[in-house]
Amino acid sequence: MAKTLFDKVWDQHVVRQNDDGSTLLYIDRHLVHEVTSPQAFEGLRLAGRRPWRTAATVATPDHNVPTIHREQGITDPVSRVQVEALDANCREFGIMEFGLGDIRQGVVHVVGPEQGLTLPGMTVVCGDSHTSTHGAFGAIAMGIGTSEVEHVLATQCLIQKKPKTMRIRIEGRFPNGVTGKDIALYIIGKIGTAGGTGHAIEFAGSAVRGLSMEGRMSLCNMAIEAGARCGMVAVDDTTIDYVRNRPFGPDAACWAQAEQAWRTLHSDADAVFDTEVQFDAADIAPQVSWGTSPEMVLPVTAEIPAPEEARNAVQAEGWRRALEYMGLKPHTKITDIQVDKVFIGSCTNGRIEDFRAAAAIVRGHKVADNIKLAMAVPGSGLVKQQAEQEGLDRIFIEAGFEWRDPGCSMCLAMNADRLEPGERCASTSNRNFEGRQGMGGRTHLVSPAMAAAAAIAGHFVDVRDWQEVQ
Amino acid sequence: MEVFTQLEGIVVPLNRANVDTDAIIPKQFLKSIRRTGYGPYLFDEWRYEDRGEPGMDCTNRPQRKDFVLNQPRYAGASILLAGENFGCGSSREHAPWALLDYGFRCIIAPSFADIFYNNCFKNGILPVVLDEAVVQRLMAECEAQEGYRLIVDLPQQTITTPSGEHFSFAVDDFRKHCLLHGLDDIGLTLQHADEIRAYEQRRKQEAPWLF
Ligand code: SF4
Repeated sequence: MAKTLFDKVWDQHVVRQNDDGSTLLYIDRHLVHEVTSPQAFEGLRLAGRRPWRTAATVATPDHNVPTIHREQGITDPVSRVQVEALDANCREFGIMEFGLGDIRQGVVHVVGPEQGLTLPGMTVVCGDSHTSTHGAFGAIAMGIGTSEVEHVLATQCLIQKKPKTMRIRIEGRFPNGVTGKDIALYIIGKIGTAGGTGHAIEFAGSAVRGLSMEGRMSLCNMAIEAGARCGMVAVDDTTIDYVRNRPFGPDAACWAQAEQAWRTLHSDADAVFDTEVQFDAADIAPQVSWGTSPEMVLPVTAEIPAPEEARNAVQAEGWRRALEYMGLKPHTKITDIQVDKVFIGSCTNGRIEDFRAAAAIVRGHKVADNIKLAMAVPGSGLVKQQAEQEGLDRIFIEAGFEWRDPGCSMCLAMNADRLEPGERCASTSNRNFEGRQGMGGRTHLVSPAMAAAAAIAGHFVDVRDWQEVQ
Repeated sequence: MEVFTQLEGIVVPLNRANVDTDAIIPKQFLKSIRRTGYGPYLFDEWRYEDRGEPGMDCTNRPQRKDFVLNQPRYAGASILLAGENFGCGSSREHAPWALLDYGFRCIIAPSFADIFYNNCFKNGILPVVLDEAVVQRLMAECEAQEGYRLIVDLPQQTITTPSGEHFSFAVDDFRKHCLLHGLDDIGLTLQHADEIRAYEQRRKQEAPWLF
């Protein structure tokens, strides 16, 4: 029978079918960070259990590590306790950790692929919703809760109900200046934050095949914001080239066998999906979110909508509240919106390609006077090192950006990197909920190039016109 | 997880509806990295005059005398009688952790919030649903009679009062089985350990780079 990509990977990981319709699914890779793991480890300890297979698990602290003055240690006591607990738990249970002093430390979803810990056809879990990122490799990658973290540690399995499948096809060629991030935002704007609920999404079509691995990761990263359980992209040459020679990838002895298996990881031609959606790449412009939900997003050329234009009363009310929180008036042109802070980083856009794209915009310019803070926060120590070897750090610093150490940083404001009430931010992260980047803070989600351009201009600009703006 | 079969214990009447998880364990305690140690902060705002902070020593904090948990006659209680919709609010497991850490193994109420109800079973607490009228009767008896104890019998699915009156309750067979044998989700999965090992053996042949 014809199978979808999701079905193929799922079927390879079924340990047993439970009577109640759930599946005991084997987990190949378990990524761990400091916030959602402490109680899971304590649960093991209280029950006198040991991890089932420590080699499948890798940890790194990211959510509340400082991105500046690391030599002073972590000053916030709550953050410090969590990071130290992770160190101690990894030591006690024999789990490999890329700790704060390790060049490989970083946002867990940047680190996994970079190290070859994420491989095609794997099942990958992490106590974090943006685990969907790893689906870019043709893996089933899902975020889990703390009880499930403990369950995976103890059994290397997860109890799951099989989701429905959805294919989102994007055909054609993207206009210049449109990235994986813009596609993700565009799709969420079209299908809504509940559009993928209960589904595993496969992103397909010629436009998706044309994306780099970084672009595919940004896309799958935000499958969660579309409500999906996970996002996936089929394996092709791009995937295999990226994985080649990664530290934890297959060794030479089994590379050929691995590659042969990975080449089968695509949906069969006549596979049937529960839901199909199609978009035309040519329709997609650089996107800017304007509200307090990722689905409140528009092309940069648009104006802020008025509640009267909403589909129904519920949406109108949502828009009204969002406009008030965001301090925006209907019919304002997006390109007229001034920003106070700029954040380039996170698991959505903290990879080398993202910093190259941003640096290409910033090169030779200065951050606008109204910008209080512009931060570039690499997703990992290795991304930082690579960027510095390419001289990107100099470009950012000379323009007036702060060049920080790797971590989640202002994506969720668990450390000192945050917005003050009323501050407006052009951010390359993935969530714009009220208070996400600091109490009262106003987040606009954009691509790295769009964030960089906003930093230089002081307001949003269409990167497709960037040459003319100069 | 601790086995639950029969429990005889002191009963505390908490005669309020819609007790939410934030009342059970206020949000400042969610910063903890532990799943134990929440007992002293259970119902913190109702129990103490001052604001509780994680790690605080509670022995000398000013107590609210009128709150039931502070009355000496209820010391050592293991059964909580509560109003309808107990445990509403967030899905965090800190609420059952706090109740368990305090010493409660059984909560009796006319109704529970869904997620909280499920989380109780995962942590070895038995939530029992009884008619509103019955719960009110038990509350009244409990308040009237110092040292009031109930017997909770899970195999028989009954609650017995000091006067020998029985009340039956319903519980899902599967959940009952898990509580009786002290099986949490992990314990259940580990019953299939051989199948997991067999799977790993087979996968090692098919995909050696994963191991
Ligand atoms: S970068 Fe943001 S979204 Fe990604 S894991 Fe960190 S906090 Fe979560």
